[in-house]
Amino acid sequence: MLEFFQDFITVSDSTLRLSTPLLLACLAGLFSERAGIFDIGLEGKMLAAAFFSAAIAAVSGSVWLGLLAGISASLALALLHGVASITFRGNQLISGVAINFLAAGMTVLIAQSWFKQGGRTPSLFAGGRFKEITLPFADTLASVPILGPLYADLISGHSILVYVALATVPLTWWVLYRTRFGLRLRAVGEAPEAVDTAGVSVIGLRYSAVLICGVLCGIAGAYMATGLQAGFVKDMTAGRGYIALAALIFAKWRPWYALSSCLLFGFLQAIALRADLIEKYLGFKVQVHLLDALPYILTVIILAGFVGKAIPPRAGGEPYVKER
Amino acid sequence: MQKMPQWADVVLIPLISLILAATLSALVILGIGEDPIAAVNMMIKGSLASTYGWGYTLYYATNFMFTGLAVAVAFHARMFNIGGEGQAMIGGLGVALVALYIPWPHWSLALVFCTIGAAIFGAAWAYIPAVLQAKRGSHIVITTIMFNFIAAALLNYLLVNILIPEGSMDPATANFPEATHLPTLHDLLAPFGIKFSKAAPANVSLIVALLAAFAVWILIWRTKLGYEIRAFGHSESAAKYAGINPVKITVIAMLISGGLAGMMAINVTLGESERLILNSTEGAGFIGIAVALMGRSHPFGVILASILFGFLYQGGAELALWTNIPRELIVVIQALVIMFTGALDNMVRMPLEKLFVALRKET
Repeated sequence: MLEFFQDFITVSDSTLRLSTPLLLACLAGLFSERAGIFDIGLEGKMLAAAFFSAAIAAVSGSVWLGLLAGISASLALALLHGVASITFRGNQLISGVAINFLAAGMTVLIAQSWFKQGGRTPSLFAGGRFKEITLPFADTLASVPILGPLYADLISGHSILVYVALATVPLTWWVLYRTRFGLRLRAVGEAPEAVDTAGVSVIGLRYSAVLICGVLCGIAGAYMATGLQAGFVKDMTAGRGYIALAALIFAKWRPWYALSSCLLFGFLQAIALRADLIEKYLGFKVQVHLLDALPYILTVIILAGFVGKAIPPRAGGEPYVKER
Repeated sequence: MQKMPQWADVVLIPLISLILAATLSALVILGIGEDPIAAVNMMIKGSLASTYGWGYTLYYATNFMFTGLAVAVAFHARMFNIGGEGQAMIGGLGVALVALYIPWPHWSLALVFCTIGAAIFGAAWAYIPAVLQAKRGSHIVITTIMFNFIAAALLNYLLVNILIPEGSMDPATANFPEATHLPTLHDLLAPFGIKFSKAAPANVSLIVALLAAFAVWILIWRTKLGYEIRAFGHSESAAKYAGINPVKITVIAMLISGGLAGMMAINVTLGESERLILNSTEGAGFIGIAVALMGRSHPFGVILASILFGFLYQGGAELALWTNIPRELIVVIQALVIMFTGALDNMVRMPLEKLFVALRKET
């Protein structure tokens, strides 16, 4: 029993860590897509942010400067996506694909040019990484049965960005459903002509959504390189941007559902790392490959509409052309 | 009234986009402290100056022709098939099964049936996203992305656990039998007295790719089905009104698209590696997007764009070998081409249209 509890804590702990980048990217996509701008460039923005945060943190020794650089890089790509899909009314999906490739190529090119280590940054040490925060009383409470370890090992002891990601969920909910900006943002994704008629700038709203998306992707990428791991390696996001996209559909474009779907997909990643535990407790072997594919399979099933239909924002993917 | 003459639309806009992409790429090379002109010279020398270089350029171009045609056919039905990568992977599985488990007496038979196998497997992988799009409205872009990942996981599983020969540590199938060996360009050109590099991998699949391009041209512009696909792509509601069944067209267009993407495997799997390996597609499915955009979804344009990308690919490999510029430069160029010819099309088009309208007023 005690062993099971310890395994449970370990897996939950790594679930929380692995869910964090997914959650931030998923909420990033939520802002963008709720405003009617499809974004399959989450992956690229995260990757660019991961590289620049690690690079600047390595050079300056300050993880906060790294975070800032990561967010800036992600913002630059978000702006590019905005220019292509809002100003020039280009195809949002094609723009997203281009951004993913741009980030995949440029990060390696610049990494090689700056550090000459085969497309990676030097490993980050103490000041270059986000430290794990011990929440108040974690050490004193650790000896309390059940609740002690739960608090000390699971809830406490993560880097600040994990808590930022968790806090972003209610914040997103509040912004979207309790502020005027949020109402307009949702409206612009459903019926931009109505927003335009009301005298509110469709272009302005969509740009702000795309930029918010850039900031959140930036934090997600920075967490990958300076929190979850210690430095940047080529293609380190490894499809997480797409999993976040899947989580967004799974969550039906809603913030609280996004939390649960990201935790689910993070759990699948965590359990894929500890496939031995499945055999230990459930008595059968599960192919790691199946666990890898499961988020995608689940998303296809959800998309197929067999388990509650996922309906995207109505004006999603369509550039807005003012009527004359 | 058209704002621009046709030649401007077909030639000028892609050309300007290409120049923009090339200029930015040159700036990138400058930015990482290398000399762009020397880089271009080296790329040309490595890919076009010898039959060995041409052999590689055409080998890569063959891949991109298949995947580019795949994306182009889907574009005609106004669908964005981003799943060429997965379809090509599964196409490789089709090739491997046909080549491994049926004893072929001659390569020509093996080629025909491997092509069919690749096309069926690739089409099958596109079938589910197609049906989900047609019947349940699930966005084809998202489902095909998901299917890329599922294909990778599936192939990984099959190669590591099932298709791997006993005692082997390498996640790949056994080597295909000798009889399935495809003639390379060297073998094909020798009877005509043309000397072509023996080491280069370009093979008879190139001819299949060119035939496929011709077949796509016939299909899209000379058949009823092609007409229906284009009509559906232009306006779904008008197509419906004209009695075209949207479900049928969506599924058929995607099956053709997936089949073409799958056929890429005859070049890499049957033609080059002669066994199915992990990651045999190497991103060619995605390059198909850039190729189709640049080729304006026309088979002839796709062929030209494929050769250009074949050149970039082979030239990029040479650069990575001899200079400090990593292979990822090609990924950047690919991204810029997709950006300018795809998403930023209006940025080039709008000023040009204004220019042509102004010119017309003057005369």
